[in-house]
Amino acid sequence: MEILVCARRVPDTSENEIELNAAGNDIERDDLVYSINEPDNYAVEEALQIRDRVGGNVTVVTVGGEDDEEILRRELAMGANQAVLISDEALNGSDGRGIATALKSFVQKGHYDLILTGVQADDGGAQVGGMLAAMLDYPFASLVNSITVDGGKLKVGREIEGGNREINEIDLPCVLSIQTGINEPRYVGMRGIRQVASVPIPTYGNSDLGLDTAAIGEAAAKVKRVDYFIPAAGKGAEILRGSREENADRVLELVATKGGLK
Amino acid sequence: MARIFAYIAQKGGVVDDSALELFAAAKKIDPAAAPIAIVTGSGADLDRACAGFPASFSEVWKIANPALAYPNAELVRQALVSVLPPQSILLVTHDHFGIDLAPGLSVKLGAAYVPDVVAIDHVDGNSLAAVRQEFGGQVSAHVRCDISSGVVINLRPGSFKAEAPAPVSGSIVDKSSAVGALSAKRRYLETIAAEGGDVDITKHTVLISIGRGIQEKDNIAIAEELAEALGAAVSCSRPVVDAKWLEKSRQVGSSGKTVKPKVYLACGISGAFQHLAGIKGNPLIIAINKNPKAPIFQVAEVGIVDDVLEFLPVLTEKVRVMRGQAA
Repeated sequence: MEILVCARRVPDTSENEIELNAAGNDIERDDLVYSINEPDNYAVEEALQIRDRVGGNVTVVTVGGEDDEEILRRELAMGANQAVLISDEALNGSDGRGIATALKSFVQKGHYDLILTGVQADDGGAQVGGMLAAMLDYPFASLVNSITVDGGKLKVGREIEGGNREINEIDLPCVLSIQTGINEPRYVGMRGIRQVASVPIPTYGNSDLGLDTAAIGEAAAKVKRVDYFIPAAGKGAEILRGSREENADRVLELVATKGGLK
Repeated sequence: MARIFAYIAQKGGVVDDSALELFAAAKKIDPAAAPIAIVTGSGADLDRACAGFPASFSEVWKIANPALAYPNAELVRQALVSVLPPQSILLVTHDHFGIDLAPGLSVKLGAAYVPDVVAIDHVDGNSLAAVRQEFGGQVSAHVRCDISSGVVINLRPGSFKAEAPAPVSGSIVDKSSAVGALSAKRRYLETIAAEGGDVDITKHTVLISIGRGIQEKDNIAIAEELAEALGAAVSCSRPVVDAKWLEKSRQVGSSGKTVKPKVYLACGISGAFQHLAGIKGNPLIIAINKNPKAPIFQVAEVGIVDDVLEFLPVLTEKVRVMRGQAA
């Protein structure tokens, strides 16, 4: 099976406190720790496991710039067969639709049975996978938390409300957005990344993909972020500022008043 | 202004709770709007949904088709593309179905798409001003959207205050014949119910709930010891289940369990909205988190900026002393 995984490099919210910059219109991007978007990493792991069961190749693609190569190297170290960077100045300022348009052109250059994305990025809206599928007229399923290959079809589980799972049969080729927790992504160490340091990562630009510049970039973006802001806080918590011992005493007192010590 | 539509889900003939939230959002776009609800399904379920429709909506379009008995996003998309006029504004709930439906629908309609909206500021000509949250709720973003060719807006559940229905004389319009044969490359097979698990966290008065701040599996013992001393249960947020440190049945949130404890001790939990959606009954929320900016401090009544790995053992010891359990 030929599998394509669309991945992104994002600020890692488990490693960073996201704050506004001095001008108050963007997040403070200096000193941010970036990593692969977490659900995308699960998507790569799932692709590798499927490949190892049924054969084929895993390609990881990202739309971005030179800095984004680091996540491609990481996923190569995990075991992806190849990695591709889609990069062109004309793509700057694209909204989700513009990114999906670029990916669609890339998909049409090759042949993929299965296309995976992460369900959503921390600064995204769970949109590119569904758009890409519609553009290609492929079927789509979001929030996927299990995949079984069954001949020319897949059986996929989707996470729905209350911990229930919805099982669907889906024809290939298809696009699936992968939910975290579907597998246990393998560990990648520095040594693994060094081993793939010299693997070439081809870069595709607009002309390589035959992109219509009217459909990408800032000018084509119907949705634009104006600025970031910190919403006016509600009442907020009463922050206990005592010693650890004093704070623990107070918590115990509160739990007791709510009948939690019976 | 373009007409405003709201796709309202129904399940077994019961109209989804979000119907009135979508109505409230339509009024934010245009206070004079009379949004049209669209509901899909088949047979007696659809009839029951139409009969019980919130009275705020003056017009409900029903699309009956045996293929729509279960809401398969690919089929619902085909039905909506058939009936929606050009340049429509369509509101959808940003839940597991809305996430499945809306991005592809916007492509097929040639419309813009604004996902996971938490507030609508105004519409100025063809420009919609809305608010989204990013980075787990740590920051919000103002977004602008060009709606000249129509727009699909996904609304985060719980963000728009549902008003009690103000009854208007309404009509049900049957649009079924506008929809041709439906077929999909994805087919619904079955729903598998969540597993029960060893501990029922929905039955406990006190929950010690752990998140990413617990850092590693071995540290869960620290929370278990506190829970044992208190006679409480350990629950958790999504990252703990993703890491396979606890069973899915311990997860609180929209994709996990809905709990109604009296006291909710959020330990190293950032407070993503999906997690908060699972906490009901207005419990006393006490949050312990190293990050003073964690969104959990916005909803907690009492907060402690500390490392849970340091704080919880101190608390456990105090409980034990109080109960005469000290070693």
